[in-house]
Amino acid sequence: MSDNGERIVPGKGLLDGLAVTLKTLTRRSTTQQYPDVQPDLPPRSRGVIALSEENCTVCMLCARECPDWCIYIDSHKEEVVVPGAARARQRNVLDRFDIDFSLCMYCGICIEVCPFDALHWTPEFEYAETDVLDLLHDKNRLGEWMRTVPPPPAHDVLGEPSKEEATAARKAAGPGAATAAKTARPAAVRATPRTTAPAAAPPAPARPAEPRPSAEAPAPEAKAEAPKPDPRPEADQ
Amino acid sequence: MELLIRVLAVLAGFLVLPLVVGQAEHKVMAHMQGRVGPMYAGAFHGWAQLIADGVKFVQKEDITPRDADRTVFRLAPLVALFPYLVVVMTIPIGPGLVAQSLDIGLFLVLAVLGIGVVAVLMSAWASANKYSLLGGVRGAAQLLGYELPLVLAAASVAMAAGTLSLPGIVEAWQPWWLIWQAPAALVFFISGLAEIRRPPFDMPIADSELVFGYMTEYTGLRFAFFLLAEYVGIVVIAALTTVLFLGGWHGPMEDQLGWLWTFLKIGVLSFVIIWLRVTYPRMREDQLQRLCWLILVPVALAQLVLTVAVKSLL
Repeated sequence: MSDNGERIVPGKGLLDGLAVTLKTLTRRSTTQQYPDVQPDLPPRSRGVIALSEENCTVCMLCARECPDWCIYIDSHKEEVVVPGAARARQRNVLDRFDIDFSLCMYCGICIEVCPFDALHWTPEFEYAETDVLDLLHDKNRLGEWMRTVPPPPAHDVLGEPSKEEATAARKAAGPGAATAAKTARPAAVRATPRTTAPAAAPPAPARPAEPRPSAEAPAPEAKAEAPKPDPRPEADQ
Repeated sequence: MELLIRVLAVLAGFLVLPLVVGQAEHKVMAHMQGRVGPMYAGAFHGWAQLIADGVKFVQKEDITPRDADRTVFRLAPLVALFPYLVVVMTIPIGPGLVAQSLDIGLFLVLAVLGIGVVAVLMSAWASANKYSLLGGVRGAAQLLGYELPLVLAAASVAMAAGTLSLPGIVEAWQPWWLIWQAPAALVFFISGLAEIRRPPFDMPIADSELVFGYMTEYTGLRFAFFLLAEYVGIVVIAALTTVLFLGGWHGPMEDQLGWLWTFLKIGVLSFVIIWLRVTYPRMREDQLQRLCWLILVPVALAQLVLTVAVKSLL
C-alpha cells in the first residue's frame, strides 16, 4: 500500500514511463526552427530598448532609477530666444544617451519611469556582438531601434477614455456640461446593446455629446460606433 | 570467392546498420523528448548526421595521455569493436543466409561477447585517469555480473532447441516458445542491454559523476570506434534476441521474405532499446547489482528448470 492507500502494482511505474515517452513520440515536436524561421513574438516582447530622442527632456529619471546604472546621459542647456518673450528660455539638449546592454537586466524600470515616452521596448533581440564593448548602444543606435517599436495596442473599447479625450470632450460640451461630457464615451458604448436589442429605444438620447461642434473630439465618437455597424439604420426606420 | 562475398556483405552490414540505428536513436530520442533532433547534415531531416560526425572525428587530433600505456590504450577501441564483427558473422539472416554457419555458434557468440569487458578494462587502466579507472571497475563488475544471466538464458533456449548452432535454433523454434521461453527472452534482453552498457545500465560511463568513464581520455577516431561499438552492440543484441527467442526469419512467406522478417525484428528491438534509454534514468551501482543477482539470475535458473521439465514431458 502506498501513502495514499492505493495498491502498488509492481512494474506499473516502469510501464507508465514507457507510455509517456511513446505518447510524446506521436505528438508533434515543439521545436522552433529559429535561425531558419523567425519566432512569432508577442507584441510586448522585451528585446532591446529604443530611444525616441525628441521625446527626451534629460530629466534623468531613467538613469537614476536604473538598478544596474547602465544608462549614461550627458546634456547641456541651450538658450532659446522666443520673439516677443520677456527673456530667453532654457532647453536641455541631449549630448549622449547610452545604454550598456552588457549590464542591463531588462527590468524595464527606465521605460516605466519615463514621463514622456522616450523609451520603448522593441521585440528585436538579435543584437549579439563578438565584442562586449559593442553592446553599448549610443543614442543613434537606440534611435534606430525606434523603427521596430510596434504600434501601441488599441484602447479598450469599454475602458475609461484617456485624459486627453476626456478633456477634449469637456471643452466641446462647454462650461457647465462637464460631468455629462466626462461620461460621453461610456454612455455611447453602453447604448450599443440597447440598439441591438429589437425593442430598443432610438439611440439618440444616450448621446449627450451631440450638441458639440463636429470638428472637436471625433475620436470617442468613432470608437464608440465601431462595434455596431448595422443595427442603427434598422432602428431608425 | 563466395566466402569473400559473404564477408564483404557482413562488413557492409556492419558499417551501415549501426549508422541506421544511430540515426534512429537521434531521431526517436528527439521526438520522445519533444524535439526534432539533427536537421542540417544531408538534405532531408539531417539523415547524414552520423556520416558528418564520422568526418569530424577523423579530422580530430588523436591524443594519447603522457602517462598512458600507449599500446594498450590504442588497442582498446579495436578490442571493443572487433568481437561484434565476429558475432555478426555468425548471425543467420534468412534460411541459409549466414556468413559462417557454425555448429557451436551460440557458444562462440557468448564467448566473444565476453571480450567486451577486456576492452573496458584495457581502456580504463591504460588511460591513467582516475575517472577512467572507476568507470572501468564499475564496468567490470557489471559485465561480469550480467554475463551469468545472459549465458543462463541462452543456455535455456539452446537446451530447448537441442543444438548450439544459431541457424539450428531458428529452425527448431516454434511460435509457442514465445510463451515458454518468455522469461529467458526477457532476462537475455535485459542482461544484453547491460552487456553493451546502454542506459539504464550505463553506470560505467556515468557522465555526471565519472566524466565519461573509461572513454574519458579518448579522442577522435578512437572515441568514434567506441561509439560505433555501442551502436553495433545494439544491433548485435537485437539480432541475438531475434535469432534465439523471436524465431529469426519465421513469419509469413518465410522462404522468400525471411531476411526481411529478421531485419524487421532487429529493427523493432533496436527501437525498444532506444525507447528504454529515453524512458529510464541511470541505475545506481547497488540497484544494478541487485537486479542482476536477486532477480535476473534466479529467473534464469528457474527458466532452466522449466525448460528441462517441459523438455522431458514432451
